[in-house]
Amino acid sequence: MLTRIRTIALVLGLASLAALPPVALALDEPFYIDLFRRFMIFAIAAVSLNLILGYGGMVSFGHAAYLGIGGYAVGILAYYGIDNGFLQWGVAIGASALVALVIGAVSIRTSGIYFIMITLAFTQMLYFLGISVEEYGGDDGMSLLTLSQFGEWLDLSDATTFYYLVLAILIAFMYIVHRLVNSRFGMVIRAAKSNEVRTRAIGFSPYPYKLVAFMIAGAMCGLAGALLVNHTAYLTPDFMHWTRSGEIMFMVILGGVGTTAGPLVGTVALLLLEDTLSAWTTHWQLFLGIFLVLVVLFAKRGLAGLLPGGKRNG
Amino acid sequence: MRTISRSISIGLLAAAFAAGPAAAAETLKIGFITTLSGPAGIIGKHMKDSVDLAVEHLGGKVGGLPTEIIYGDDQRKPDVGKQLADEMIKRNKVQFVSGIIWSNVMLAVAPTVTRAGVFMIGTNAGPHQLAGKQCSKYFFTTSWQNDSTPEAMGQVMTDQKLTDVYVIAPNYAAGKDMVTGFKKSFKGRIAGEVYTKLGQQDYQAEISQLRAKNPKAVFVFLPGGMGIQFVKQYTAAGLRDQIPLYSVYTVDEVSLPALKDVAVGQYETRYWSPDLDNPANKKYVSDFRKKYGYTPSFYGAQSYDGIMLIDSAVRAVNGNLNDKAGMIKAMEKADYASTRGKYSYNINHFPIQNYYLLQAVRNPAGQVEMQIQKVVLENHKDAYYKECRMK
Amino acid sequence: MNFLVVLEQILNGLQFGVMLFLMAAGLTLVFGIMNLVNLAHGSLYMVGAYLATAAYQWTGSFPLAVVLALAGTLIVGMLVEVVTLRTLYERDHLDQVLATFGLILFFNELIAIIWGRSALYTSLPRYLEGHVELLSGLNYPVYRLLIIFVGLAVAGLLWYVVTRTRLGMLIRAGASNRTMVAALGVNIRLLYTIVFGFGAALAGLAGLLAGPIYTAQPGMGELILIQVFVVIVIGGIGSIRGALFGAVLVGMVDTLGRAFLKPMLATVISLEAAQTAGPALASMLIYVLMAVVLAIRPEGLFPSRG
Repeated sequence: MLTRIRTIALVLGLASLAALPPVALALDEPFYIDLFRRFMIFAIAAVSLNLILGYGGMVSFGHAAYLGIGGYAVGILAYYGIDNGFLQWGVAIGASALVALVIGAVSIRTSGIYFIMITLAFTQMLYFLGISVEEYGGDDGMSLLTLSQFGEWLDLSDATTFYYLVLAILIAFMYIVHRLVNSRFGMVIRAAKSNEVRTRAIGFSPYPYKLVAFMIAGAMCGLAGALLVNHTAYLTPDFMHWTRSGEIMFMVILGGVGTTAGPLVGTVALLLLEDTLSAWTTHWQLFLGIFLVLVVLFAKRGLAGLLPGGKRNG
Repeated sequence: MRTISRSISIGLLAAAFAAGPAAAAETLKIGFITTLSGPAGIIGKHMKDSVDLAVEHLGGKVGGLPTEIIYGDDQRKPDVGKQLADEMIKRNKVQFVSGIIWSNVMLAVAPTVTRAGVFMIGTNAGPHQLAGKQCSKYFFTTSWQNDSTPEAMGQVMTDQKLTDVYVIAPNYAAGKDMVTGFKKSFKGRIAGEVYTKLGQQDYQAEISQLRAKNPKAVFVFLPGGMGIQFVKQYTAAGLRDQIPLYSVYTVDEVSLPALKDVAVGQYETRYWSPDLDNPANKKYVSDFRKKYGYTPSFYGAQSYDGIMLIDSAVRAVNGNLNDKAGMIKAMEKADYASTRGKYSYNINHFPIQNYYLLQAVRNPAGQVEMQIQKVVLENHKDAYYKECRMK
Repeated sequence: MNFLVVLEQILNGLQFGVMLFLMAAGLTLVFGIMNLVNLAHGSLYMVGAYLATAAYQWTGSFPLAVVLALAGTLIVGMLVEVVTLRTLYERDHLDQVLATFGLILFFNELIAIIWGRSALYTSLPRYLEGHVELLSGLNYPVYRLLIIFVGLAVAGLLWYVVTRTRLGMLIRAGASNRTMVAALGVNIRLLYTIVFGFGAALAGLAGLLAGPIYTAQPGMGELILIQVFVVIVIGGIGSIRGALFGAVLVGMVDTLGRAFLKPMLATVISLEAAQTAGPALASMLIYVLMAVVLAIRPEGLFPSRG
């Protein structure tokens, strides 16, 4: 019964996101389409992180790396005049998965704080690589002069079309993550999170499972990067800065780790709060800081945990 | 959701006494984007204070119209800057977007603004892309193109017949641009070229290497906290009196309060200084000090000029904000009392202006301040305007 | 590249390493004993720098300012522990990360409200400004030698306290079995508050030493925080010995990398290529080091027992 309420809340939330563009246009406030598109792109990144962090217990402090890889895949191809969206996004996903494979292969051998730090280390290397490569603008970044092209039936320069594409990807990813964690594959990574030794004892070696999950999360976030670069029409190594990785992590924790709706709730809450507070005072970070501490102290399962029937896996 | 408190509405009451007939109905809206939070928020404060002062000097009515300034905090992130610009254009329906400290934020924001047919008045960042290939008729800047300031310094050091110069800059795009600009006009020998980590704190390793090379002079570009750290450590290493230190965007009115005596003797080149002798600048500097109790910086002067430039444009079209061609024409004349004195606009809408050599000296009151030594480049044009095909 | 320059760079590396050690020691203690990931450790470093600067301006005496700043950060640290962190020891690392990140934002903004956003003017007393001639042709700043000395002294003192005193015994016992120590009648909450306070004071010490050579500005803690995490991870979390070893290693690798990587590369590849690759590699060096160490020893060089 209680999980039903949560499902209904999630469906209602997604339905209101779907209803946003016509309402915004009717009220002559098209800006909200852009605002929520950005929120949803970060929510996709948060959903992907939740797969490994929430269900797999792998606290990646370097998830922004894939935002950067996905972004640069699109940016670099566009720089050489290749603006076919299918190709660009395919490369973004493929390259992110590949990088995740390399980072994961080394990192998953460690655990706890060591895992946090080694994922951070790899992202820092990519960040410094990004600011040193002059060909692609270094720290100045590069503009995306033409958005990814998908033929006539999908035009990203139309704000509403792009919005619904992002929403569709978000819903698809939430569904995929939901199915994944409830599959046999998901059972293994969740089991490994709660007790690695016992998982081994019953005959599973968690390493390959965790690695695959890590790759899938990287690939998903890579697509978020491709979306982000099309959203801003611009990219910089700043996408990979460690504070970004932190922010994506906070979105997940704030919403509630290991829940389907958590990443979305957390992302919208954090970005909306930033936006509202910064409009109100230049000292907004003081209040945001207090808010984060209070959430941890009093809303133990994140914001999504405030809904009835919430339970944190593991 | 977006609270009204972000906007400060000035002069709406005064609208009742509006002079021109066109002014009666319209409100001038300017979106000003800068970094207000975090460590770089100090630069944003200099800029915001100057904008407020400019509006006050104009009696709350920029271009004779009731004026609303909407401030936005870009958090130093390009995507946040772009979102603010989108919001200002689509929700607030601003006619001008102004401000922006960082090149990367500017490169994300400027195309968004100019493609929407809205004016972008840059008041700091001057990346070469916008001076050259990506120039736009809707883009003007009251600052400078990045390369020009180091070019001036290269000229100074060439004039002084210095050779064996050691060069230090952070390893990122602006750092490399600065060195490129410097080399364009510096004719002597370069003893060594070092790129440091962005945001580095300790420069002792670089200083030891430098000392071993025993150069005749040092040229650095280390903005913000990096500069404060380097200059302190350079002086502490006892090199201040042995090897003269020349810099760009390293010692300014933002960092001087943290440096004080340590900076004495430092050379900088710049297009503006608080002691620049013209009536507009005197009024700006003295009123600024009176109102805020600290000395303004070039970031502030540019932002003040930005509002004055907009004022001149709106006045020229008698408050008809739909006459964009008229406003472009007016701004191209740069017909207003700039804090830098008279200047003109090049075809890429970057200033053609003088660059000066400044030195940090102790004034009679015992405070350390930047003082103009001489003009280095007169009516200088940036290096990229020929690439600009204005549409 | 002569011998004296190499020697000087080794001293620079040592000095930077010692600075990192002062930060790392407190962080690794708190992590190892209370199992708390404290991202706000850098904020305490900032608090130390600001308090020392303010106290020096106010009293005019450097030693007095040092004492006041140390006492100040100790108190601030204990307050933070009692008000927020105390309830987080039993929680997930994730909760700790989120809450302590909140504290970073809070402290940065609080400092900006009290002292403004501009970098603060910091200075040294005359007697610490000069240079000493260590060898003929090698002058080294007195203040940097002082930092090396203080760091090594703190390392020795910590070793003594942890291994040879009753407090150290309680700390070690509390780390391995909290319930048992509590059952033996030790006030474990108070013990933790004291340990956290000392960790904070160590960060404050690093901050007040850093103030005069770096910049005292809001957000200064985060510039060094990531490097400190690298140190404790390389050294092995919870180990003071590991923190010292890791700190000196990171300090050396970073400093020597910045100084000699480019000239060394230039002998192998073209100068042009070295000009581009050298600085990029030097920036990444400590992260490469960490990745390599963890790939070979997933628990760091000196894993602390259980």
